[in-house]
Amino acid sequence: MFPAELKYTKSHEYVRVEGNSATLGLTVFAIEQVKDIVYLELPKAGQELKAGTPFGSLESVKAVFELLSPVSGRVTAVNGALNTAPDIISKSPYGDGWLVKLEMSEAGELNKLMSSEDYEKYIKTEGLH
Amino acid sequence: MQTPFLPHTDDDIRQMLEVLGVSSVDSLFADIPASILFKGRLLLPSAAAEAEIKKELLLLSQKNKDADRFVSFLGGGSYDHYIPSIVKHLAGRSEFYTSYTPYQAEISQGLLQIYFEYQTMICELTNMDVSNASMYDGATALAEAVLMAYNVHGRKKVLICGAMNPETIQVLKTYTHNMDISIEIIPFLDGTTELSLLKEKCKEDIACVLVQQPNFFGCLEDVFEIEKITHAAGATFVVSVDPLSLGLIIPPGDYNADIVVGEGQGLGNEMNFGGPLLGFFAAKKEFVRRMPGRIIGETVDKEGKRAFTLTLQTREQHIRREKATSNICSNEALCATMATIYLSWLGREGIREVSSQCAAKAQFAAGLIAKNTNYKLKFSAPFFKEFVIESKKSAAQVNKALLENGILNLIDLGRFFPQLKNNLLVCVTEKRTKEEITRLVEVLGKV
Amino acid sequence: MELIFEKTKEGRKAYTLSEKFGTSAVPDKFLRRNLTNLPEVSELQIVRHYTGLSKRNIGVDSSFYPLGSCTMKYNPKVNEDIAALPGFTRIHPFENEEDVQGALKVMYEFEYMLKALSGMDALTLQPAAGAHGEFTGLLIAQAYHKSKGRKPTRVIVPDTSHGTNPSSAHIAGYHVVTVKSKDGNIDLEDLKGNLNEDTAVLMITNPNTLGLFEKNIEAIAKMVHEAGALLYMDGANFNAIMGITRPADFGVDIMHFNLHKTFAAPHGGGGPGSGPVGVKEFLKEFLPVPVVRKSGDKYSLDYNLPKSIGKVKSFYGNFNVILKSYVYLRMLGKEGVRKVSEMAVLNANYMKELLKKHYNFPYNELCKHEFVLSINTFKEKGIRALDIAKRLLDYGYHPPTIYFPLIVDEAFMIEPTETEDKETLDAFIEVLIKIKEEAEQTPELISDAPFNTAVRRLDEVNAARNPILKYEKKR
Repeated sequence: MFPAELKYTKSHEYVRVEGNSATLGLTVFAIEQVKDIVYLELPKAGQELKAGTPFGSLESVKAVFELLSPVSGRVTAVNGALNTAPDIISKSPYGDGWLVKLEMSEAGELNKLMSSEDYEKYIKTEGLH
Repeated sequence: MQTPFLPHTDDDIRQMLEVLGVSSVDSLFADIPASILFKGRLLLPSAAAEAEIKKELLLLSQKNKDADRFVSFLGGGSYDHYIPSIVKHLAGRSEFYTSYTPYQAEISQGLLQIYFEYQTMICELTNMDVSNASMYDGATALAEAVLMAYNVHGRKKVLICGAMNPETIQVLKTYTHNMDISIEIIPFLDGTTELSLLKEKCKEDIACVLVQQPNFFGCLEDVFEIEKITHAAGATFVVSVDPLSLGLIIPPGDYNADIVVGEGQGLGNEMNFGGPLLGFFAAKKEFVRRMPGRIIGETVDKEGKRAFTLTLQTREQHIRREKATSNICSNEALCATMATIYLSWLGREGIREVSSQCAAKAQFAAGLIAKNTNYKLKFSAPFFKEFVIESKKSAAQVNKALLENGILNLIDLGRFFPQLKNNLLVCVTEKRTKEEITRLVEVLGKV
Repeated sequence: MELIFEKTKEGRKAYTLSEKFGTSAVPDKFLRRNLTNLPEVSELQIVRHYTGLSKRNIGVDSSFYPLGSCTMKYNPKVNEDIAALPGFTRIHPFENEEDVQGALKVMYEFEYMLKALSGMDALTLQPAAGAHGEFTGLLIAQAYHKSKGRKPTRVIVPDTSHGTNPSSAHIAGYHVVTVKSKDGNIDLEDLKGNLNEDTAVLMITNPNTLGLFEKNIEAIAKMVHEAGALLYMDGANFNAIMGITRPADFGVDIMHFNLHKTFAAPHGGGGPGSGPVGVKEFLKEFLPVPVVRKSGDKYSLDYNLPKSIGKVKSFYGNFNVILKSYVYLRMLGKEGVRKVSEMAVLNANYMKELLKKHYNFPYNELCKHEFVLSINTFKEKGIRALDIAKRLLDYGYHPPTIYFPLIVDEAFMIEPTETEDKETLDAFIEVLIKIKEEAEQTPELISDAPFNTAVRRLDEVNAARNPILKYEKKR
């Protein structure tokens, strides 16, 4: 459910780190809660994101969920495929369903995120954001 | 007297109180602190019976000078176009007018389909990609367009081509007063926007440029040039149009408008002393998720049958609350329904015909006035159904003479533009006859 | 059903227009190049089309419509007739004042009646709807604070508020703060913690959206005023308290009325509404222009309010809607208004009492004109509020409001209104009890409902993912 190589936030985003590049996505848990995702609003390449602040939103038919950036950095790529087929995110949250890639500006922020074990414990006790 | 519309008999009330285990209706208000219970006498008139109020208000209504008993050349945002009988009969079906917003799609297919047809018709007229299901009026629709442009860009300056309806500008100023938005009005010269000034002001910090076509004086603006100036600065191009002009006049979609709004009262709705009106709002499709108001979409039901539903609702206040694109909830749905029926009646040929007749009859009237009276046509720009005449006499004098001859007053532009004192706005719709226009010209000639 | 565009046949016409004359002088570059694709149909086709569509819709005239928060009461026919008199419909807003004295008299007297009912001192009829009234009221508050040399930035709303409240506050340029509810009322501690000199307004609805009267309203008003803020009331629920208590008397400074709810103007399938705003004396100089005045027998429009917030709408408001509500109030008279609220509250409490044994009531106390139950007892059967609502459609009813207020799990909000008779209420209660049995015994019947409607449940996901928002002519 929650790959060990990823880092997690309390608001259910994950980060995949490769060097100084971070790929952000949403966990299976969050996606199951939202059910039918109809639209994603994502930042543009080049935009600066700040850790803990909103960078986009996820919409079902009758609800909107804010996406919070786990780390700070500049957006280098956005998953354009989600524009036309938002359900990719449900089919492959950790693969093709990634949201954006960042060039991290403060790698130290990673230490504040949860491991997969901690995240699993967290959702058992806390649940939804 | 028996209070009307309340069905309970004394016995019903007794039985219901018994179920509740209380002895009086008053005890149902025991949760309201005694200190704030109203103990005074209500200063309202006594109840009137249906026959009484009907008679009283018929007499009262006759104290107003209406456009049936008088001839109207009034325009300026509220218009006397012909409304066919079917509008009243069909929009008057109570399955439509006594229903709420169609949140329950399965029992609201009638209205949902009408609003879908309405959206299609607005897109057809304006040649834009998407339309919402209506706004309060043309003025608030324009204000919402500005807020949308501001949210898209983050730019904070708005330029208005100055021959815009002054009431609309007032509404826009009220809406943006507490926002971090500044508004500049580009003056008009000979009835249309002073383009050199617009060009000078339209820089990279402009969020949007607003123009009314035809403008408040009825003149046709050089929208092609305004479009170039606007987009060269990367600003959003917002056009307010008279939908009744679009059978004849080039639609904003053809000159690359980004957002198109306008006042749709003329589409099958009465003047009603200025309300309700019908604001419409259309845009290029890339703006659809930022549009204000309700939007209807086509889909299928679980058996695959075509059906219509409110869609993209996450934009709206009942879901996104303080982050909604607009606070609008109630709109002018019934007015949109009337517009849809009206436009079905006109159809493809009829809309062209109505627009053409407005322009032709206005031209006819203007020509006759210029030829046979001392009034001067104030502006030389081409116009649609309204034009401005300059009077040597005071507007009050002219209007007095008109009323004595069965014609309603004309709008004295001095009330909005000090420099246009004793200039009068004349509006000629397709309804006006040769006889009526001749009478107008005769009366003007005599003043 | 086919769309009107699909019935089109080239060359067919419905319209007739009077004599043509004159020649347009519009230059070529301004001319439309292609015709529109408006339909080409006969008049009878149009009549059949829209009559057919009306059969795929229900209104208050069709059946019981207990939609909470919306006050779907009977819309008297006489209102429609009077509002259709040519002396009212065929008048232009820019006629001379002396030529529209009848219309101005209606507006003036209607303002007077709303003032009497609410205790407010001055009024504007300009706002077109409730949300528009909220926005207007907040701008008035802003102008007031500014006149005192203050610029507070926050508006507080309770967690039970209508979505329009925070949304209007945001559009008016405020930062929104939400306070919690406790036992169905505003949590005074939470309110206290959030009230400060940066608070411009507290927006309440009273009775609130749970159908409960704010018991601590006097204390709340006192706290708000001590903090230098103003108290705003959303008048959506005014139907519960007419003639019983007046907002001005419990500390409200600004309020809006919903003529399409309390005052029997029809909802029109979503509008037009009308949302007049009433204020206390100290705020009247900020009202939108123009204000209707009376001097002797003459009525006039006064634009000379230097501190006015300006205009929020073209002209003077939705006059045609105002006229309907004017007729309604004249027919109720001073004898009838209180009775309306009494019967609205009696009907709600009666229904609630009879449903108590069968459904879960999170706030089981005296209610006002509406009440909220929670459809959270069939979750293990997979049945939610939406499903019960859809099943009600099969029985010919418009369902109650669902999923609002947000603080109630699977909320189901019922507002019967005073115009419904006891037999109608009894029949509806019986159906709700029957549906409960169905939910327990044959849940698939509920989760599959409706069966008897023009269409079944819709694919809303696809509608939002791939929006089709207009008809595209097939070429």
